[in-house]
Amino acid sequence: MLEYVFFSILNSLVLGMLFFMLSSGLTLIFSMMGVLNFAHASFYMLGAYFGYQITNMIGFWPALIVAPLLVGALGALVERYGLRTVHKYGHVAELLFTVGLFYIIEESINLIWGRNAVTYPIPAVLDFPLFTFFSTQFSAYRMFMLLISVGMFVGLYLVLTRTRIGLIIQAALTHPDGVSALGHNVPAVFMMVFGGGSALAGLAGVIGGIFLITEPAMAATLGPIVFVVIVVGGMGSLTGAFVASLLLAAIQTFAVGIEYSLTDLLAVFGLQIDAGGLLGDIWRIQLAHTGPILPYLFMVLMLMFRPKGLMGKRES
Amino acid sequence: MKYYLQQCGIWLAAALVCAVLPLVFSSGFALSMLSQMGIAIIFALSYNMLLGQGGMLSFGHAVYYGLGGFLAMHAINMVGDGVLPLPLELLPLAGGLGGVVAGLIFGWLSTDRAGTTFALISLGIGELIAASALMLPSFFGGEEGISADRMVDTTLTGFGFGQQIEVFYLIAAWMLVCIFLMFLQTKTPLGRVANAVRDNPERAAFIGYNVRWVRTLQFTLAAFFAGIAGGLFAINYEIITAETIGAIPSGSVLMMTYIGGVGHFFGPILGAVLVTFMQLSLANITHAWLLYFGLLFVGMILWAPNGLAGIIMLHQPVWKAGLTKRLLPAYSLIALSSLVLFLGAMTLIEINYHLSLSINPDEPMSLFGITFRAQSPLAWIVAVTLIIVGFYFFRKTQHVVRRSWNEVTQMMKGGR
Repeated sequence: MLEYVFFSILNSLVLGMLFFMLSSGLTLIFSMMGVLNFAHASFYMLGAYFGYQITNMIGFWPALIVAPLLVGALGALVERYGLRTVHKYGHVAELLFTVGLFYIIEESINLIWGRNAVTYPIPAVLDFPLFTFFSTQFSAYRMFMLLISVGMFVGLYLVLTRTRIGLIIQAALTHPDGVSALGHNVPAVFMMVFGGGSALAGLAGVIGGIFLITEPAMAATLGPIVFVVIVVGGMGSLTGAFVASLLLAAIQTFAVGIEYSLTDLLAVFGLQIDAGGLLGDIWRIQLAHTGPILPYLFMVLMLMFRPKGLMGKRES
Repeated sequence: MKYYLQQCGIWLAAALVCAVLPLVFSSGFALSMLSQMGIAIIFALSYNMLLGQGGMLSFGHAVYYGLGGFLAMHAINMVGDGVLPLPLELLPLAGGLGGVVAGLIFGWLSTDRAGTTFALISLGIGELIAASALMLPSFFGGEEGISADRMVDTTLTGFGFGQQIEVFYLIAAWMLVCIFLMFLQTKTPLGRVANAVRDNPERAAFIGYNVRWVRTLQFTLAAFFAGIAGGLFAINYEIITAETIGAIPSGSVLMMTYIGGVGHFFGPILGAVLVTFMQLSLANITHAWLLYFGLLFVGMILWAPNGLAGIIMLHQPVWKAGLTKRLLPAYSLIALSSLVLFLGAMTLIEINYHLSLSINPDEPMSLFGITFRAQSPLAWIVAVTLIIVGFYFFRKTQHVVRRSWNEVTQMMKGGR
């Protein structure tokens, strides 16, 4: 039991930090520009594929730096030449633009790297078990992921609180019009935030592509989860996104090991259920299998009862 | 009086077209395409009841389509077993009923706020239902879905529905009825108030309307028609899987509606016809059809945000003023440059697809009847040059079009 809890905590930390790397950029973009960026997870996917390609050509360490930068530059271009053009047609058009971008990026990945998953292995330097606790091993690569994401977290925190541009971004989060009235070039800040957020997603892709899987469907799998994170955390709140990332990762990791169903729950109270019929399965679903739906259930409930999210300051 | 005659004329003409089309295009492929178009038209129009008229951007509209389909499929099986005495022609109503029930529940839960909150809730509900579909195999049939035999004994018309053309006529009849009802709905007080709520919910609430209830009713009606489309889907394919509920049909109905144009009633019809046609015919020609589709979608958002219907309605006054031919030179210029740009992009895309997906990339490929090796630098140079030249002239001719458009509007304002 201790072993299970210990490793679940470690694994949910690793996964949660990965979620945070994705959601921090998205929540910044959303709260500043009001654009729900459907293509954000696509930038994550681009990061993974760029990382894979550069790893094959040069090596993993250059890829760790170059791939996020490339993705970030691409993101900035998308903002400058795509979103800014669509901006005048309103938020719905902006949102749909990112939906279209999602399709285009997914198909371009198909076009260049094929429809199957690519082999993007753990770099040899990091491919060893770091320590063994009871009988389970914890790989060095996971610890490396954790280090990178904590480093990114600290870096982001310092940039946002200690630099001038960070202060402008913080101000633009809550009062974009006021910031622009003070004479700051808000469109340029937008472009930078979009590029920076995309670069973070790209970084998450480079290390997450190895950890999870690098395939054309990876954006569609992770995209909705990231939305859940920013909704639950609260729009525009980085702390909220951080807490929500860890929370969701913990829910997903822990639920996998719990094999109770509603029938078992009712049995505790002495009730016996023997349901047949078309929807009788509901009573027999084990909690372990509800992993895919828990985040969405969480999001829908949160939006209905507390649309501000856990730590958000305003509604969308 | 004249207005009503004109209106009747349009509906009669539509009915006539539906009756004649399958006789003209009688191949099996064309018939199944026409059937799909009919279903897609109902689905897209029902989606526009949300997006166009209610201002609710939904990412989970396929939930009601899919649930309607599953319910209708179970109903067909029950009819086949003799449990349910419902003629096959009325079976889509079972789907519609499923849509109404689900729409009322989820609509009430999600319509407290519009905008992004609504969009996210609809996304969440969509993912939730799609994920639960795989967990409830007795109702949704698990991975392989459920199937039924539509050739049941209980019918109204005496059709056996063994042939696709009979199914098409059933779909066409339902389509006409649904289009008519949805059109009438835009004229009802509810339809009008839904417009008001879309444009300014605060004011609508001040006048005394319960904004949430208006949205819920609009949502439920949209779900009803989506359910009918789902029921027709069940009859048409005789098999339905959990994919029908998922994100892919939700996304494609959004694209259909938007490409067609959300601002006009007939927009989604155009979008549904065009997108279904592209989905079926392009998928036969090239593997890259989704990419072309995505490019078309993004292009429409960038340059024609009001969709096909918007473009048509923009030109109606010009057509009436008899000035269309003044626009033609500029339009043909931009068409030419877009064609060059498109040819270049297409060559590049097809070369890449050949390299990454074909069994043997060394084999020569053929495009427009020209056979060449995908690795040859000449092909790449030609493609890239076409793209650069096309893009340059595209940007140039955009100005030409704008100028001649301004001239024409000036003439319409002051000329007469």
